[in-house]
This record gives sequence, structure tokens and C-alpha cells, in this order.
Amino acid sequence: MSVFSSPHALSDGPILDFERSTCCLEIEGLSLAYGEKPALRDLTLRVPRHRVTAFIGPSGCGKSTLLRALNRLHDLNEEVVREGSIRLEGQDIQAPEVDVAELRRRVGMVFQAPNPFPMSIYDNVAFGLRLQGGMRKRQRDDVIEWALRSAALWEEVKERLGASAWTLSGGQQQRLVIARTLAVQPEVLLLDEPASALDPISTLKIEELIRNLKSRLSLVLVTHNMQQAARVSDYTAFLQQGELVEYGPTQTLFTNPRLRRTENYITGRMT
Amino acid sequence: MSRMAGRVGRSEGPWPWLAAGSVALSLLLLLALLTLLAVRGLGHFWPAPLALVTLEDGQRLAGRAVHEESVPGGEARERLYFTGNRDLAGDIWTWVPVAEIASRAFPEELVVLERRRWGAFLGRLVALEGEAGRREGQAAWPALQARLAELEALRGERDRLREAVVTPLVRRLERGPDAAAEAELARANARIRELQADMAGDTLVLESVDGRRLTQPLEEVLRALRPNAMSPVDKLATWGREVWRFLSEGPRAANSAGGVWPAIFGTVLMVLLMSVVVTPFGVLAGIYLNEVAHQGRFTHLVRIAVRNLAGVPSIVYGVFGLGVFVYGIGGTLDEWFFAESLPSPTFGTGGLLWASLTLALLTLPVVIVATEEGLARVPDHQREGALALGATRVEMLTRVVLPMTAPAMLTGMILAVARAAGEVAPLMLVGVAKLAPQVPVDGDFPYLHLDRKFMHLGYHIYDLAFHGGDVQAAMPLVYATALLLVLVILVLNLTAIFLRHHLRARHGALPRH
Ligand SMILES: Nc1ncnc2c1ncn2[C@@H]1O[C@H](COP(=O)(O)OP(=O)(O)OP(=O)(O)O)[C@@H](O)[C@H]1O
Ligand SMILES: [Mg+2]
Repeated sequence: MSVFSSPHALSDGPILDFERSTCCLEIEGLSLAYGEKPALRDLTLRVPRHRVTAFIGPSGCGKSTLLRALNRLHDLNEEVVREGSIRLEGQDIQAPEVDVAELRRRVGMVFQAPNPFPMSIYDNVAFGLRLQGGMRKRQRDDVIEWALRSAALWEEVKERLGASAWTLSGGQQQRLVIARTLAVQPEVLLLDEPASALDPISTLKIEELIRNLKSRLSLVLVTHNMQQAARVSDYTAFLQQGELVEYGPTQTLFTNPRLRRTENYITGRMT
Repeated sequence: MSRMAGRVGRSEGPWPWLAAGSVALSLLLLLALLTLLAVRGLGHFWPAPLALVTLEDGQRLAGRAVHEESVPGGEARERLYFTGNRDLAGDIWTWVPVAEIASRAFPEELVVLERRRWGAFLGRLVALEGEAGRREGQAAWPALQARLAELEALRGERDRLREAVVTPLVRRLERGPDAAAEAELARANARIRELQADMAGDTLVLESVDGRRLTQPLEEVLRALRPNAMSPVDKLATWGREVWRFLSEGPRAANSAGGVWPAIFGTVLMVLLMSVVVTPFGVLAGIYLNEVAHQGRFTHLVRIAVRNLAGVPSIVYGVFGLGVFVYGIGGTLDEWFFAESLPSPTFGTGGLLWASLTLALLTLPVVIVATEEGLARVPDHQREGALALGATRVEMLTRVVLPMTAPAMLTGMILAVARAAGEVAPLMLVGVAKLAPQVPVDGDFPYLHLDRKFMHLGYHIYDLAFHGGDVQAAMPLVYATALLLVLVILVLNLTAIFLRHHLRARHGALPRH
């Protein structure tokens, strides 16, 4: 495939490797292009279970593209071409027998801009549950309360579950979206710059939320905020121009990056 | 805000003024249009004073002044009076040179009678002769009022009997012999004959102001008024009754009198049927084009074609409807299912169904375009949000996208209704009728008669204005009907707008980002 041929030699930077058994996601040789325009080049990395893995990198390097590949949101775009494999708990997500809807329930996603549906707060959280069906109202109410509590939103909205979700503030909306995703009990949660549109207080709330969720599921966080990555993530991957440059424990990567390119990016120097 | 507007007004020169001016002008024109229609149309039902005019040469006439104009090529002016009495005078209008009027008076005893034949009578009431004897002079008027009320009640009973008893019985007998039904029918008919006999027998002796006598069977008199003797309250009540009659009764005398109820009914029913057909089709087409179809050259071409269809003149749709629906599909249906009644066509002629379908076709592009625009305005992150929760594409559409698009779809329907309710040209080809007193819905199976011809307010206006014998008499009705058409469209639109508002309130307005 000519679109995937790299302009420069593949970096052989330090790439952290995990035991297969401790990983929820295994990405192998993933390349992806929008038509003629490559966005990811031969990416190989593993995402550990019950940890927060951060993806950092300059704008346009392909972080969102990578996240969307993980729950097959690219299926909608007819011009996307891809190569390589992604395995969720050992199973190829691209395999014909995989139910896409089921996959997307297992790999939840929170987007950069809060996108609650134009319904009540309750209906937003119930959305995914209702799709699955087969749940009594009482049981559903319990799950919804649990999800809203997990997203640290319950106390703020418990009095007005019937109000439109669009009456919430931006930070509340984002937590609502997280609650909505948690309600279907995903195994992996993908967060694409979840706090980029929020004020510092809301950002802190979301970060705390991320740390608390770690015990229940695996998280992948995309962020432009170095401090945030350093604060909440356990492992960090640095991407540049669609390539994985360096991947290691957050501590190491931020205090002692192996590669010049990584150091320049982290310290804010132009390359 | 106002300070800013002021600054803009100064710095931007004449443009804000021009824009505001054109808005004001359009509003003014709209207001003028409605006022004209309302004054001319509704004024017709007001019981205007009756003048007793004496001319210089001693001639006398009673009438209602309609309008005045100057004689061509001279200073003199002529006034037009509505004088009625077609049976005595041969004409119901009289032109009077204003200069020749010696005196005018408004005597209270002048009466207007509305009659089933010969139209209105204007003049004096001399006597009422009936089984109860002869009443003359002062006593005649109250007696006439009382007797008219009785007649009204008798007529009501007869009509109810015909509708509720006779018609069902006749229908039952059509299906087969039935002794009980026959006996009952005979009883009902006997009662009707009795009522008829009760109604007949009275006569009025009338006298026109120029002294000619006339005997008038009372049965044929619908209403009697003494407008000069009425108080404003009475007049208002009479006006209300007349307006209500106009709205609720069928036309009489070749559409030149009576009401427009069948036309109102036909218009609304046709528009509703059209909406029922066009909305699902247009919405589905819009969804297909925007959500399902591969976005390529072909969908692009289809889009251009749809937008161009919106510009095709409506009469062309009429021709299409005639050729395809009436002759093509209707003709085939007749051959297959209604062969026994051929050669007289059932569906092979214009009717309610074909008219609704033709208008649905005409308004389809509007609904498609509105739906597509609504869908395009649903942000992608809403769709992705639904998909990311494990919704299939169909679930995403039905649970998130379509509810958000519903107001846009209703906007499409509003535009479609506004366009369809005012169309007349294509209807003339596919099913509108000058006179169809039977409305297309009745108690007869299958209740909704899609093959029937129907009346339409727009066509009624055209018919009144161009095909009536007496334009002078038809004009007020033209104005009143036009006002009614505007109001009907307004009500239809307001209903849809209310619905849309309701939906918006429930699903929230689209976010602006
Ligand atoms: N739908 C698309 N069609 C075509 N090209 C796209 C599309 N989405 C993204 N791209 C391109 O792919 C590359 C990677 O984009 P991506 O959105 O993954 O970047 P990112 O790392 O998330 O950037 P940011 O930090 O600004 O969000 C960019 O060059 C972008 O222009
Ligand atoms: Mg991005």
C-alpha cells in the first residue's frame, strides 16, 4: 500500500511492552489513511488493563484517529483505508463475527465537546440501557443513580433528572456524557480531550473521576495538557505525524525522555 | 442595542432605512389586502339601511345604495341601488342619476324578504293570509315573524326525518325487500307529507314602493327583516347569523347565494389528505438522500433534480396528474374493479384522491428539501454519541436524529400546506367541481369517498368571479370567500406551527455549535 509508505525511516525509539495477559487492547501494525492522506503509520502498542494510558502529541498527529479506530467509528467513513489489527481481550475487532454495536458498548467513548442528547438528564443516561433492553424500571433507576454517582454528578442533578440535559453547564454536561457511557458498563473508556472545553474546577473534577474509575475499567486519555497527562496517567505514548515515537511509564517519559523529539515536545520547544 | 442601531443608522447611510422601509411596506400591503377583503366581504352580510328614494318625476324605489360613480364624460354622478324584486322589475339593480333624486327617507316599515325563488323582495308588507285568518297593518309583521319561526322548526324536523330515518331505510331496502322497513318508511313519508302540508297554505300580500301588489307563498320565504327598524345590537346579531350561514350552508342559485361549507370542507380535506401522503414520502426521501445513499455524483444529481422540480409550474403537475393518475391509473382501476359501471368512470375521472396526489407530488420537493436541511443541521457529534453507546444506524436515526429533525420536517409540511391550499390551476384538471353539494365524507360506507369530486375555495372564487351571471352580486361573495381562503390557510399553518413549537419545546432547539 503506497499511501502508508513513510517519509522517514521508522523511529526505533523505546516502546514499552507489556505481557499480553495484562493488556486489554493490542494494536499491531495499524496504518490508516483518509483516502490518499495517511493519518497513522504502522502503529504497534499495547494498552494495559486497569490503568490510565495517555496519548500525547502535536495537533493533527492522529490521536483522535487512533481512538476512533479502537471502537470502529471509522466504519462510517467510506474513504478510510486501514491495515493491521486491533485486538480487544485477544479478539480481532475487525473480525466478521464481531457485532459492532456490542464492541462499541464494550469500548465506550467520550468526545472533546460535550454531546448530550436533547432529552432529559435521565433519558440521556438511560439511552444505552434502553438500547440493550430487558431491564426493569427499578433496576434501571439503580444503574442510573450508580452511573451518575460514579461520574460525580448525582448530587448536582438528583433533584432534576427530568430537566433537559442542555440546561446543564459544560462541565456537568461532560460528566453526564461520562455517566451515560459508564451506564452501559464498558471495559475500556476512551476519552478524547475530555476537559479541553472546561474551566479549571471542572477539569479537576474530571481528573479525579478518571483516577477513581481506574479500578473498574481501563482508560485511554488523549490530552494536550502535559500537566494533566502527568497528573492522571500511568503510561504515556507520544505520537508524531501518525507514528508512535515513545511509549513508557508516565514518570519516566516526563522526567527522563529518551528521545530528543519527545523532550522538545514536552518542554514546549519547537522541533 | 438601541445605541448601536443608532450608530449603524448614521454610519451605514440609507441601507437600514431602505430595509426597514421595505419591511414596513410589505406589512402595510398585507394589512391593506386583509382589510379590503374583510370590509368588502364581511360588509356584505351587514343589514344595510333601505332607502325610499323619490325621483323628480315622481317615480319611487326602495333599495340599498351600493356605490356611486360619475357618468363618463360629464359632471353628473349616478348611484347604483340594489332594488331586488326580480319578478316585478326584471332586474335587481337600478342606476339613479344623483341629480334627479328629490328626496330620500328610511321608513321603518320597509321589509326585505329572502326568497327561495326570484331572490330578494324589497317593499312593504300588506297582509299575512293563512289558516289563522288575515292579519293586516301593524299586526302583520309580528305574525309573520312568529309564523317564520314555526316554519323553520317544521322544516328542521322534516330535514332531520329525511336524513335520519328515510335515507337509512332506503339504503336498507336497496339491499333487499324488508317488510318492516317498508312500513316504517311509509310512516315516515306520511309524517313528511303532513309536515309539508303544515308548511303550505300561507300567503303574503306584498306591495312594492311603486304600488304594485304581489302574493307570495310563505313557504318560499326564508327570512324577513326590517333593517331600518333594527337596533345596532339586532343588526349585529343578524350579521353574525348571516356570516354563520355563509360558513355552514351549501351554495344556492348556481353558487351566487348561500354558503360555502362544501368548499371549506373540500379544501381542508384535500390539504389534509395531501399532507398525509406527502409527509412520509418526502421525509423518507430526505432521509434516504441524506443518511442512507452513498454521497456521490448520483445523489448530487438527484438533489439538483428535486430542487428543480420545486420550480415547475403547477399547471404542468395538473397535466401530469390528469395523464398519469386520472387516465392511467384511474382508467386501469376502473377496468379491473369497476367494470360493471363502465363507461361511466369511477376512478377514471378527476376526484379527491387524484387531486390530493397531484398536489402531494407538487409539494414533495419542498418537504424533501426541508427534511434534508434539518438532517444536515444535526451535528455529527450527536450521531457519533449515539453510535458510541452501541446504537445501530437505525437506532441512531430513530432515537436521536429524527426527533431533532422533526421541527424541520414540520416546517416542510407547513410550506407544503401553504403552497397546496392556494393552488387552483392543477385542480381544475384533476377533480375540482363547480358544484358538489355532497361533501366527500358521509355516513355511507366507506365514509370517505376518494373518488368524489369536491369543491374548493380557490376554485369557488374563480367560478363566482367569472362564471356567475351577475358580477355585481357575486363580488362581495368573492371577497368573503377570498378572506375565508386566507383564513383557512392561516389556521392550517398555525396548527402546524403550534405542533412544531410543541416538538421544539420537548426536544429542545438545535445547539448552535
Ligand atoms: N474525516 C477526515 N477526513 C480526512 N482527513 C482527516 C479526517 N479526520 C482527520 N483527518 C486528518 O488526519 C490527521 C489526524 O487527525 P486527528 O484528528 O486524528 O488529529 P489529532 O491528533 O486528534 O489532532 P488534535 O489534537 O488537533 O485533535 C490530520 O491531518 C487531519 O487533518
Ligand atoms: Mg483530536
